[in-house]
Amino acid sequence: MVGEILIKDVYKTFQSTTPSKEDVVALNGVNLNIRPGSFVSLIGPSGCGKSTLLRIIGGLEKSTKGSVFLDGKEIKKPGSDRGFAFQGSNLFSWLTVEKNIAFGLKARNIYKEKKDDVKEYIKLVGLEGFEDSYPHQLSGGMQQRASLARALVGHPTVLLLDEPLGALDAFTRMNLQDEILNIWKEHNMTMVMVTHDVDEAIYMSDQVVVMAARPSEVKEVIDIDLPRPRARGQDTFQEYRKRILDVLDLGGNVPEVEYYL
Amino acid sequence: MKKYGSFLFRFFLPFLAILLSVLVYYQIPDNGKQKATDHPYYLYFIYLIGAVVLVEILLGFFFNKVRERVYEKAPLITGALVFMAFLNFVTTKTLWLPILYFPSLDRIVGLLVEQRVFLVENILSSFRLLIVGFLYGAIVGFLTGLALGYYKIVGYWLNPVTKIVGPIPTTAWIPLALSIFPSTYGANVFLIAFAVWFPVTLMTSSGIQSISNVNFEVARTLGASTRYQILHIAIPAAMPSIFLGVFYGTVSSFATLMAVEMNGNSSGIGWYICWQKSVMMYDGVYAGLILIALICSLTLTILFRVRDRVLVWQKGVIKW
Repeated sequence: MVGEILIKDVYKTFQSTTPSKEDVVALNGVNLNIRPGSFVSLIGPSGCGKSTLLRIIGGLEKSTKGSVFLDGKEIKKPGSDRGFAFQGSNLFSWLTVEKNIAFGLKARNIYKEKKDDVKEYIKLVGLEGFEDSYPHQLSGGMQQRASLARALVGHPTVLLLDEPLGALDAFTRMNLQDEILNIWKEHNMTMVMVTHDVDEAIYMSDQVVVMAARPSEVKEVIDIDLPRPRARGQDTFQEYRKRILDVLDLGGNVPEVEYYL
Repeated sequence: MKKYGSFLFRFFLPFLAILLSVLVYYQIPDNGKQKATDHPYYLYFIYLIGAVVLVEILLGFFFNKVRERVYEKAPLITGALVFMAFLNFVTTKTLWLPILYFPSLDRIVGLLVEQRVFLVENILSSFRLLIVGFLYGAIVGFLTGLALGYYKIVGYWLNPVTKIVGPIPTTAWIPLALSIFPSTYGANVFLIAFAVWFPVTLMTSSGIQSISNVNFEVARTLGASTRYQILHIAIPAAMPSIFLGVFYGTVSSFATLMAVEMNGNSSGIGWYICWQKSVMMYDGVYAGLILIALICSLTLTILFRVRDRVLVWQKGVIKW
């Protein structure tokens, strides 16, 4: 099985553009193994470098020190083996849904052979009949579906998700969580998701990587040993939620307090 | 036609206005000072309008769209006809305005008819200058804007230059351009190109710079090369802004066209106006103004048609 990610001692410092400002340390020695075919969430307070780590895996940033390997190959730049779904949908507003989804295939000059894939993925995310619509004509949830299809159509072995559902309402969000899980199961791919929603992380993941800020590093990797399909809000969620919040020092002193978070 | 019911009279309004015009024309005695024309050209002109309206109404029986348009525009056409009847009244029937500067509509329309070959030659001369200058300006402006907007290093070195050179009014370059270029035509093309170049450069580069970086990142994760990103992200995303630049440039090219044609040219509609004025033929001046209005308006209409075609994904910024 493919899609194994090894993160070895990764440091990332953002050098300031002016001499008067200090450099920002975004990652301070991160080690992590992501099993092939697993669903892993990165969670932590803002500024903990979770998005930076995802962007390094995606090849959008270069690590200052250390390396990331995908199936034994060092990652240096973006590649078709990794799909990336960004925060918000970020569809190209000047292209129709179909052309958005076909963008990567056209850019890599393989559109002719893979034409049917575009149709298949439009169907997969339930956007039939909207092929010729422009993004502004779609609801937020539909835009996010199109964006997922665009990231998936090139058959990547890894899908990286950067808070993909953050801007959606609660119901659309739950629907899309299930759809992402379906795609994950059917396509046997590795998914790494950045989120700040503890419940979402527990509901979807095999492993939750809890990160901390200053110094930015992995605090704990928590295995979610719950059978799938999972029921939302089942009792065992509480234990995991408490564990995650405790690691983040957000557990509070009185157990009840966590309800209000 | 049932739907229009009692509003049916709207369709007859233009014909009432034509009737009124004819009555004013023949029934009120002339002031006798306007130079007479061989034919009642002004009446021919409003008959022509009447004929067009009549044809549209007849077509309206078969095409809903045409009917809607006539229905909507009928009061406007009527207003224009009444206004012309008023102008005709003031210039030919009264002595309220100096006759020299306010020729009769007969003379203006007559001049357009009688000098049509000569006028078309001048229009073509103006159009050729405008289009050649515009194309140079727009293409060079687009390329400089692209380089300035996409490559930070180019922007760093060249932005100050465009910021200082660009805002100089085109007309200020006329003396220098006329002495440097071997031909007046070359100088004219340069001046019009310059008028278009600056707004196109500015709006292209600012359009590209304001594209959210995430668009380029998405493209990179999808395997797009730098070339592909420029062609398929930078340019289409900046297109609304580029069109705005082209629009500003076109408007400023009209002003420049007139300025260069009125300065040491011997053809073109701007030159024609100047020449007619110098021989005290104000009917020619008005005829020239009417033609310029038509040329500029037509050019902008074409421009906005192209924009609507290219930018279907966007809702209109400027209504035309």
